[in-house]
Amino acid sequence: MNVGIGLPTTIPGTTGEVLVEWARKADAGPFSTLAVLDRVAYHSFDPFMALAAAAAVTRRVRLATMVVVAPLRNTVLLAKEAASLDALSGGRFTLGLAVGARGEDYKIAGVDQRGRGRRLSEQLEQVRGLWEDGRIAPPPDGRPGPPLLVGGSSGEALARMARYADGYAHGGGPARAFASAAAKARAAWLDAGRPGTPALWGMAYFALGAGTSESGANYLRHYYAFTGPFAEKVAAANLTSADAVIDFLRGYRDAGCDELILFPTLSASDQVDQLADIVS
Amino acid sequence: MKAVVVGGGPAGLYFALLAKKANPSDQVTVIERNPPDATFGWGVVFSEETLGALRDADFESYDEISTSFARWNAIDIYFRNSRIRSRGHVFTGISRKVLLNILQRRARQLGVDLVFGQEIGDLASLREADLLVGADGINGRVRQAYAEVFRPTQVVHPTKYVWFGTNLALDAFTFIFRRNQDGLFQVHAYPFDARTSTFIVECGEETWRRAGLDQASERDSIAYCEELFGEELNSRRLLSNRSLWVNFVTLRAETWHHENVVLLGDAAHTAHFSIGSGTKLAMEDAIALVDALRRHGQLEAALTDYEMDRQPVVERFQAAALESSRYFEDVSRYERFDPQPFAFNLLTRSGRISYVNLTLRDPAFVRSVDAWYAAAATGSANGAGRLAPPPMFAPLRLGELRLANRVTAAITGEDTARNGSPDEGHLRQLLSAAETGAAMVLTEMTAVSPDGRVTSGSTGLYTGEHAEVWGRIVAAVHERAGARIALSLGHAGRRGSMRPRREGIDRPLRQGGWTVRSASPIAYTPHGQVPRAMDDGEMRKVIRQFTEAAELAGGGGFDLLELNLAHGYLLASFLSPLSNQRTDEYGGSLANRMRFPLAVVDAVRSRWKGPLAVKLSASDWMPAGFSLDDAVTVAAALKQHGCNLIHAVMGQNVAEARPDYGRMFGVPAADRVRNEAEIPTLATGNITTTDEVNTILAAGRADLCLLD
Repeated sequence: MNVGIGLPTTIPGTTGEVLVEWARKADAGPFSTLAVLDRVAYHSFDPFMALAAAAAVTRRVRLATMVVVAPLRNTVLLAKEAASLDALSGGRFTLGLAVGARGEDYKIAGVDQRGRGRRLSEQLEQVRGLWEDGRIAPPPDGRPGPPLLVGGSSGEALARMARYADGYAHGGGPARAFASAAAKARAAWLDAGRPGTPALWGMAYFALGAGTSESGANYLRHYYAFTGPFAEKVAAANLTSADAVIDFLRGYRDAGCDELILFPTLSASDQVDQLADIVS
Repeated sequence: MKAVVVGGGPAGLYFALLAKKANPSDQVTVIERNPPDATFGWGVVFSEETLGALRDADFESYDEISTSFARWNAIDIYFRNSRIRSRGHVFTGISRKVLLNILQRRARQLGVDLVFGQEIGDLASLREADLLVGADGINGRVRQAYAEVFRPTQVVHPTKYVWFGTNLALDAFTFIFRRNQDGLFQVHAYPFDARTSTFIVECGEETWRRAGLDQASERDSIAYCEELFGEELNSRRLLSNRSLWVNFVTLRAETWHHENVVLLGDAAHTAHFSIGSGTKLAMEDAIALVDALRRHGQLEAALTDYEMDRQPVVERFQAAALESSRYFEDVSRYERFDPQPFAFNLLTRSGRISYVNLTLRDPAFVRSVDAWYAAAATGSANGAGRLAPPPMFAPLRLGELRLANRVTAAITGEDTARNGSPDEGHLRQLLSAAETGAAMVLTEMTAVSPDGRVTSGSTGLYTGEHAEVWGRIVAAVHERAGARIALSLGHAGRRGSMRPRREGIDRPLRQGGWTVRSASPIAYTPHGQVPRAMDDGEMRKVIRQFTEAAELAGGGGFDLLELNLAHGYLLASFLSPLSNQRTDEYGGSLANRMRFPLAVVDAVRSRWKGPLAVKLSASDWMPAGFSLDDAVTVAAALKQHGCNLIHAVMGQNVAEARPDYGRMFGVPAADRVRNEAEIPTLATGNITTTDEVNTILAAGRADLCLLD
């Protein structure tokens, strides 16, 4: 199992300088991937912009969106941004897409939330087609485009993943929940008659170091406030010690996870160092 | 801390006494609307695990409880004039009244303030306590008061049941199935002390009305049930205790706490009585809540922890209870079973006990099931006796074809065929599928014509060259792997002219595509090609293509022929009302929608002498789409038309459906088709272990399994 790290693009107070520094450290560390979340109606950085900045200061680490809320975006521009980022980074990019869960993001973007699943299906087909056409961006050299992940827990989302994507982006939870979702993702893939197997990506949050757990939890409460009582559960699941991280990694590895991304809940760049110590 | 508990049932009392014990300086009050000795219901059941948890939580009450228990380890199943007994299931039961008395005494002894016969007034004033615990049952006021936060949902189950007692001392958990002139009734009964048993009677609503029980008084209901079950009751009486016929309600809530309010037991969740876990879950909730309060200084953290600990456990029980309740709702489907498979199916109904679990609990019972299965499979009277293999290794006869075991292996097409001709890759895939030990391998869907292909790389069987290559593959599978080989034959319809599936599914070819056809001109995906509706001439042509391919398959030596009426391909597009909007005799009613697919089946049947299977999408997974009921009707018609096996799959008739890819997701369809249309079925869909295969087969839910 590969282990990646998130960029703190959604943590209020994070500066551009911090993001660049963070990316440099991640590239030098044991991480396979540097990933970003996506949110519109929030004090957060645009995911493609942030990864483009990261691409400029890294050479090795892969870059991923986990995940971008596709129905909020113009499909052609989305395909172009993703293909551009892939070209800028020398083919290091993985595009994760989903419908997202936040009504306020749809509201502020002026997009109707109804029919978002169908819209995502259409977008996935279009994005792949546009990349293959090679008319709207630097063509991916010899590949069909960057790898595509689809997130979401419903049967519809899994069918969409099996039909159009290369892998599945799970939304977080204990290893047991991941294992159950992974089994369903594999079943959906097989049922669709798709050759091969889906790549299985997982995610979790962490805050390391003395006295960090409360501010990490507060950030998660704020970030997930839209879910109501569920926010407390996300906050309580934050990984706040080396033991907790190691335990979690083992659980995910045994559950068949291919790539696990650990997202920060504080933006101090020593978080990268502390996680690097544990992961290596 | 000052805690107020609303409700003096097992959950509330147990929480109160554990909380007070953990922190004697706390002030804990229980408010109960009824007097201390009023109780409804008879006995409750616990498992060994629960007993362990009770012992660890409070030894004093555990000690008293355990001396009042009835213990047993058998399950008796009365079905069709026979009794099957399965052992090794450890249960304990206790009178609900005795349990409450023990908990009340222990709570008082520890200094809990118990207030009986008092309705709660204003909840706001109760919330002045540090913690308000809602343990007031399924109709609890505490949950209702904050419903907008807890967001409860309630599902009413369709059957009627009534909760009696009887002074008959049973020595086993007892299920009785009895049909009379009004319909089928079932009993769930278990002892709870040396003299008394709980006796729950359940039936479908129609049966209940036919029996006049909707009009009956409590006394009349008792008289009816005493007569119906006179033999098993051995002339003992049924006892009532406000015993009314009701429907079970499954309650779920999104969250169980809000600020300083928390829900416990039935106030937060219920699970169908047929897995007997209500009191167990309630008391385990109480233990978890007290543990969480001890672990965390902060109330919010403790209540979140409690919920995170308990919700997954409860959800698992609710899922099992739902399976179990559905079994009892549909049990008439299994009335024609012999007692052994009937019993095995009952014991494995909730998905929590499998073939392997049952083998550990009761090896003799599983041996008798294996022997029955082997005897039925081989047609010999005594089967293989004590050395009968597990059901997976029993042979299956389909017409003239004999399969050595019950597993079929299918391959996923790699779309490497050229002009429909299979290659070395196909042979390799089929051989390696056969090497798993499966008795039969199934090809990918092979087209009856060039425009019947899914992709430009799909296999076909429409030229002499195809027949020759397939013939070599069949011979190699027979000779080198010793397996049987089935040809899956189909026409892609509107899902044709697509790119190779490694690039994604249902992505139209950019070059070299062809015109696609379907029942109606509706594209499969938004950017897909709009198909041409089939006209009479094209239907005749497709029928001819199927029969020609069937003849080639016969010449090629295939052992079984499967026709594809599934997954939105051409023939399935006629079956589903979502893809068939024709106004001629091939559209509208199900009989009309079946007309063309059945014509194809008839034509093939007349030319193909071997066993014929049909792969059928048993549901569109969409409201107003093709349903499981429709699948049973179609399967019965297919049987009439000479089909020998239904390969039951789910969905894909329309691209945007609402699938469920859970464990063994296609098995309910295989089960319904097999046992309602009475035709053998091949079950598929996330079946990943041999234990699952043996469980499905022994329970009579399918005859063959496709192991993923």
